[in-house]
Amino acid sequence: MTVPSLLTTADLDRLIRMLADGGYTCVGPALRDGAIVYDEIGGVADLPAGWTDVQDAGRYRLERRGDGALFGYNVGAHSWKKYLFPPAEQLWRIPRATDTIRPLTPPQHPVRHAFIGVRGCDLAAIGIQGRVFGHGEHGDGRYAARRDAAFVVAVNCTMAGGTCFCTSMGTGPAAGPGYDLALTELVDADRHGFVVDAGSERGAALLERLACPAAGDAEIADARARVDETAGRMGRTLATDGLREVLLRQLDSPHWDEVGERCLACANCTLVCPTCFCSSVEDVSDLDGSHAERWRRWDSCFNPGFSHIHGGEVRNSTGARYRQWLTHKLATWHDQFGTSGCVGCGRCVTWCPVGIDLTAEAARLREREDSA
Amino acid sequence: MDLRPKLAVFKFASCDGCQLSLLDCEDELLALAASIEIANFAEASSAVIEGPYDLALVEGSITTPHDADRILEVRRQSRVLVTIGACATAGGIQALRNFGSVEEYTRIVYAKPSYISTLATSTPIADHVKVDYELRGCPVNKHQLLEVISAFLNHRAPRVAAHSVCVECKARGITCVMVARGEPCLGPVTHAGCGALCPAYDRPCFGCYGPKELANPAALGEWARTALGADAATVRRQFQTFNAWAEPFRTEGRRDD
Ligand code: SF4
Ligand code: SF4
Ligand code: SF4
Repeated sequence: MTVPSLLTTADLDRLIRMLADGGYTCVGPALRDGAIVYDEIGGVADLPAGWTDVQDAGRYRLERRGDGALFGYNVGAHSWKKYLFPPAEQLWRIPRATDTIRPLTPPQHPVRHAFIGVRGCDLAAIGIQGRVFGHGEHGDGRYAARRDAAFVVAVNCTMAGGTCFCTSMGTGPAAGPGYDLALTELVDADRHGFVVDAGSERGAALLERLACPAAGDAEIADARARVDETAGRMGRTLATDGLREVLLRQLDSPHWDEVGERCLACANCTLVCPTCFCSSVEDVSDLDGSHAERWRRWDSCFNPGFSHIHGGEVRNSTGARYRQWLTHKLATWHDQFGTSGCVGCGRCVTWCPVGIDLTAEAARLREREDSA
Repeated sequence: MDLRPKLAVFKFASCDGCQLSLLDCEDELLALAASIEIANFAEASSAVIEGPYDLALVEGSITTPHDADRILEVRRQSRVLVTIGACATAGGIQALRNFGSVEEYTRIVYAKPSYISTLATSTPIADHVKVDYELRGCPVNKHQLLEVISAFLNHRAPRVAAHSVCVECKARGITCVMVARGEPCLGPVTHAGCGALCPAYDRPCFGCYGPKELANPAALGEWARTALGADAATVRRQFQTFNAWAEPFRTEGRRDD
């Protein structure tokens, strides 16, 4: 690839504006209601400069950093999933006609998003969902169209959060393949800049149009060193060796019902998870029956009705639902899609309202097996 | 001959808020009236067409001996009976009497308590007669109410989600008030329906729609007291509102300090 460039914050602002001028809707981190969320941004001024997040199981707080870093925090409850796989989507509608049944699909002009600030874990998650929804014969064409249209500006993490464990999952802190541009923020008392490298032709073309100086060896080394240090500062770890087998041997463990005593089956963990993909499909009709619509909505293995088949619910205890979630994420996902279903972003840990931590539960299950 | 199904709305101990949700459907009211004959709806018209009715919407709880009889008659007159709102589905805020002594209350409140003929408890309609469908909320959501009627008219199941309020919260992208601000929120144990109205206004869920399936208020209360430092009485009171009598809120609302 090309030599990395060195951008100032003003250059980054130009980059965002060039993407917007190129027809992209730019979305990125923004401060809203006491959290950093993803929303539309117009430029660098909309980014949460000088803010950071402090995260632990069931706890999230914003704090000032004491510098002007634009990406000096980790991930919040939102993930890019909301743009690629929206929480509610109309699949078709159908007006009542006397002769034929002709469903009308909504127009297929996906919004072209530019995602600004995609972390390594989230880029891996986009890759996983891409494989789940697939591009093949039975692929979800709308997902594929949205993903293919998206321009990804990744950020290599130079700090790790209290619930992060991307190092354990091999997804970060440096962003892996799949980005168009990846930037590493260098912020010190006397300097604020970004080492940016291109991961695609359209990324390289944009970088060329920006016409910024090449990053020097010292800056490239500095950027790399910051990311490497971050790898050693993860708030959580997950021992993945043999984990699939451990979990599958523990299907009858009393541990699941013990978690079930603490778990609320509220579904927050699955909704914030950037790889969870379950949905339900529902039909609605209006009062006089002249118009029907079919919608797809986010669903969850914790929701009632999710495993309902003739005769009732297959998983009718919270323990059974938790087991489904954890074993799918960390064990059977490998069989189904060839990777773990977890990228180590820590969202499910932070945003569980009662602080249930999948890394701790997986470790407990391993311990129980060792001590059995 | 009028072929439209006949709709009746009945009121028991309640504030009328749920029935008013029906009148609130301003834009849809004409379509509604075209599809269904509004045969008995005192809030809308004093003209009453006699039963039997195809669809009865029942608001309110049973608090008097007279109402305990009247609901039997309503059931007899109604092919499909749908209860609407926390009073009808859980006993309502007035079910707080169930935790105390009605005799004592009447002595304090009324000059001549002997004029009062009331039951010791406020109970949901389903404790008295078979109910075909329960629509939750305090008050019910008018869109859900229309959905239930429209499902009835089109012979299909109502599309009313039974999951937690958190699911609505996350679908809207609202920041969790419990995790980001440390305020105990009933969303994770509460049946959806409001669209996460309170969290959208940056305050915790009150639990208007009552306990969801597999609700675990004990674990939520434990977290609120230990991790969030809420005092036990505050947590108890959170469970003792519109759905205080619905299990498992009932048990959690009575937990000892
Ligand atoms: S399981 Fe949890 S840590 Fe893993 S990707 Fe999902 S939300 Fe992130
Ligand atoms: S693990 Fe936490 S977030 Fe997930 S369903 Fe249970 S209580 Fe809710
Ligand atoms: S604010 Fe309340 S309803 Fe919303 S996710 Fe948090 S706990 Fe659930």
